Amino acid sequence: MTANLIHVLLLLVMPPLLAGVINKTKAWFGGRVGPPLLQSYYDLIKLARKSMVLSTTTTWVFRAGPVVTLAAVLMAGLLMPLGAFDAPIRFSGDPIFFAYLLGLARFFTTTAALDTGSAFEGMGAAREVTFASLSEPAVFFALLVLARLSGSLTLTGMLHGPMGGFSAATAAPLILVAIGLFVVLLAENCRIPVDDPNTHLELTMIHEVMVLDHSGPLLGVILYGAALKLFIFGALLLHVLAPFQTGVAWADWLVFCAEMLAVAVAIGVVESIMARLLMRRVPYLLTGALLFCGFGFLLLVR
Amino acid sequence: MSATWNILAAIVVLGLSGLPAYLLPARSETGQRVATAAMVAGSLLGLCGVAGGVGGAIPSVAGAAWGLPYGRFSVAIDAVSAVFLALVFVVPALGSIYGLGYWGHAQHRGTGRRLGLFYGLLAGSMALVLIARDGVLFLIAWEAMAMAAYFAASVEEDDPAVRRAGWVYLIATHAGTLCLIAMFALWRQATGSFALEPAPAMAAGLASAIFVLALFGFGFKAGLMPLHVWLPGAHSAAPSHVSAVMSGVMLKMGVYGIVRMTALLPVGPPWWGGTLLVAGAITGLAGIAFAIGQHDLKRLLAYSSIENIGIIAMGLGLAVLGRALGRPEWVLLGLGGALLHTINHGLFKPLLFLGAGAVIHCVHTRELDRLGGLARRMPAVTGLFVIGSVAICALPPLNGFASEWLIYLGLFRTVGLGGEPGFAPAAVAAVVLAMIGAMAVACFAKLIGTVFLGSARSDASQHGHDPTATMMGPMIVLAFGCVCLGLFPSIAIAPLEDASRTWAALAESTPISLAAVAPLGWISAAGLGLVAVVATFALISRITPRAGAVAEAGTWDCGYARPDRRMQYTGSSLGATLVDLFGLVVWPRNHQPAIHGLFPGSATFKSVVADTVLDRLVLPFFRAAGRYMSMFRVFQQAQMQSYVLYVLTIVIVLMVWGTMGAEP
Repeated sequence: MTANLIHVLLLLVMPPLLAGVINKTKAWFGGRVGPPLLQSYYDLIKLARKSMVLSTTTTWVFRAGPVVTLAAVLMAGLLMPLGAFDAPIRFSGDPIFFAYLLGLARFFTTTAALDTGSAFEGMGAAREVTFASLSEPAVFFALLVLARLSGSLTLTGMLHGPMGGFSAATAAPLILVAIGLFVVLLAENCRIPVDDPNTHLELTMIHEVMVLDHSGPLLGVILYGAALKLFIFGALLLHVLAPFQTGVAWADWLVFCAEMLAVAVAIGVVESIMARLLMRRVPYLLTGALLFCGFGFLLLVR
Repeated sequence: MSATWNILAAIVVLGLSGLPAYLLPARSETGQRVATAAMVAGSLLGLCGVAGGVGGAIPSVAGAAWGLPYGRFSVAIDAVSAVFLALVFVVPALGSIYGLGYWGHAQHRGTGRRLGLFYGLLAGSMALVLIARDGVLFLIAWEAMAMAAYFAASVEEDDPAVRRAGWVYLIATHAGTLCLIAMFALWRQATGSFALEPAPAMAAGLASAIFVLALFGFGFKAGLMPLHVWLPGAHSAAPSHVSAVMSGVMLKMGVYGIVRMTALLPVGPPWWGGTLLVAGAITGLAGIAFAIGQHDLKRLLAYSSIENIGIIAMGLGLAVLGRALGRPEWVLLGLGGALLHTINHGLFKPLLFLGAGAVIHCVHTRELDRLGGLARRMPAVTGLFVIGSVAICALPPLNGFASEWLIYLGLFRTVGLGGEPGFAPAAVAAVVLAMIGAMAVACFAKLIGTVFLGSARSDASQHGHDPTATMMGPMIVLAFGCVCLGLFPSIAIAPLEDASRTWAALAESTPISLAAVAPLGWISAAGLGLVAVVATFALISRITPRAGAVAEAGTWDCGYARPDRRMQYTGSSLGATLVDLFGLVVWPRNHQPAIHGLFPGSATFKSVVADTVLDRLVLPFFRAAGRYMSMFRVFQQAQMQSYVLYVLTIVIVLMVWGTMGAEP
């Protein structure tokens, strides 16, 4: 019960911090001071108190988009085990529910973007759904690998691995899967090299361009949902990358938080040392992720 | 016994429902109302029969010899028929009510009565297909269904495109029937009669031949790639409620055929299931890739039906594989998922076709890039269409998710959980299914975005309003079904499990149940939780004091002050990248203008996504064949006498040949 409470608390509170850590890392690489660590929280509070501007073209779909997206991502967060602890909601087959909740979020984000009738937001929507068509199969290859290794059909069971942890013999497929999942994390959360969250050119954006017309509290909901999604994908990746646990509850939570911040730093490093890919090259990168996960699967079942 | 009679009576009522209108003048609305009332009454009667038949412990059978030299009149209902019958007794009746507003006899004087007649025949013959337990009776019902669908789909025969689509359909359906005739001939050779009863044992080669013929024969009807050639044209040419019945119910007759024959045949080798899995994966992926490339509202929906048939085939393949390898949990999950998806697709696809019909009714165009902005003028239709789209993308908490989830669970088990023996190649189907799911989201985001959102792309699209109650009612019922089966999929567990056990002939004692391997109760709980969270957020955004503070402005177009409706992203551009990724299959052709100079003149751009199989393979082949076959024209004298002479000659030759063969 305590674990579930901490899970929900961390899920609700921690995500915006990751954005702060990423930005600090990037600023450090650029030799700048950068915004305060808690800037994302300040932004969210500010946005919540603002009024909205709605486009005259839009309908209820535009308003529903961010709300449904946040709800779906939040539900997905309740299915994802954090660190050494079980997820609050777990049932046989929940990985599929998890993946399709993110699909629901995508459906409503893109339709809300298309509701504005702007060509730019249309472009962003088209890119979002196209790239997801490549990253989703990669995720399912990874899930198959984990299902076979763990013998479980729940996210909690899959990610915690079999009794006594994953054996060393399965390291090769797991490493391949981890690489694939990291690329998927970057793509799904619109980070460099797939998308640049700080770009100023609408033509080259994916996620940011889809939300150009959202403002005030709705924009806050979108930003918060995006941070939440990054947090969830980070937690997913951590299970494969660093399944360390101490056996003591409070120490395990600390380990998890530290690892999560390390993921944020890693993303910041990638963003600092890489340039954004040409938009038409992104499918190749995602196909690469698919291949990594696919070969991981092949290595395991051969 | 009475359940069977109920259903036979329902078939007669449905089949003849269109006749009374012929006693009345062509423009009379009364005739149409009588036909609709008969459809509804017949369907209710049939549903009672289905309910009674499912409750009965043993399948109810009725049989009688008839005067024909082959076969006998033998019908029965079992749990497998019941699942499909439920669709036949729901969708056509709803479509008929919709037709009151959509295809009123007063507006369609020339075609109304004909459409009503064949619409009823189509529904009746489909029900007969489902209960026939004799090969000859089955073929008769099958052919009646195929022809009724042809006449119902091609009522607007003045349009050359409709005539062409009808022609392609006729050829394709008869190619399928030909396979079925061959299949039943082999069946008789193997079992000694046309009776459709489980065959005890037969030579492996013969069984495989029957399976392959069934796959082709029924695959033509179901729309398995590459046998789908007739489907997009026929669905876009037909009136919308006929498209709804064809897509929602008639395609499922092909699925039923495969389900029935795989149940009747003895347990086959694993490659049967493997073939179905591969065919399903190809059909699903190619279907959705083509759907994304379409410019026509109803063609897009038709291709999406092909995709869904692919998903059903994948579930079915898993079940056949599980039966071959002796894995009852694969059978339950695979067949349960396939049958539930059959029902689900029979709810949301008609919903989408009826919604498309409502749009076409107002706007008079099916071209996606001429639509747009209808959400403001048709709010109710938009809401229902969004429900249908979320359901068809298999997104929680609607019904499409429940059935795909069952199939996923089964496919995940083939990977060999925790090192138990599995069949890992089948697990790759789960990855394909994930890709299909993501592409379906792309496809339907595009569809909703171009048809309902943004601003009108043409003057035609600036009109429009929600249709009358007779058209809205059926759509609301279908949407309600989608929500119910999505939030409470457990209500379907009992019939699905019955059907799966009947299909695989699992003994009652087999200690496995669908509820144990698939915790559908959790799907309800999680779905309801999701709905609750969305509702809470919506409520919060309503009661927050600041939420009212809203200013209105034009869409932000990066500083451009006068955005125009023609600057919007088009449906073609939304799908362009994905279509290009699948370029080897979809083969899009863009006719791009060459632009010269600083001030180029006006130019046109055109992109065409033709059906690769039909337009690039089948038609060229037929054209070439037509050229070489023209040498046989000499026999074509256009005189009845000469044709009868040919018949006489051939019969005499055959007779002589036969008697010579008989001599020892």
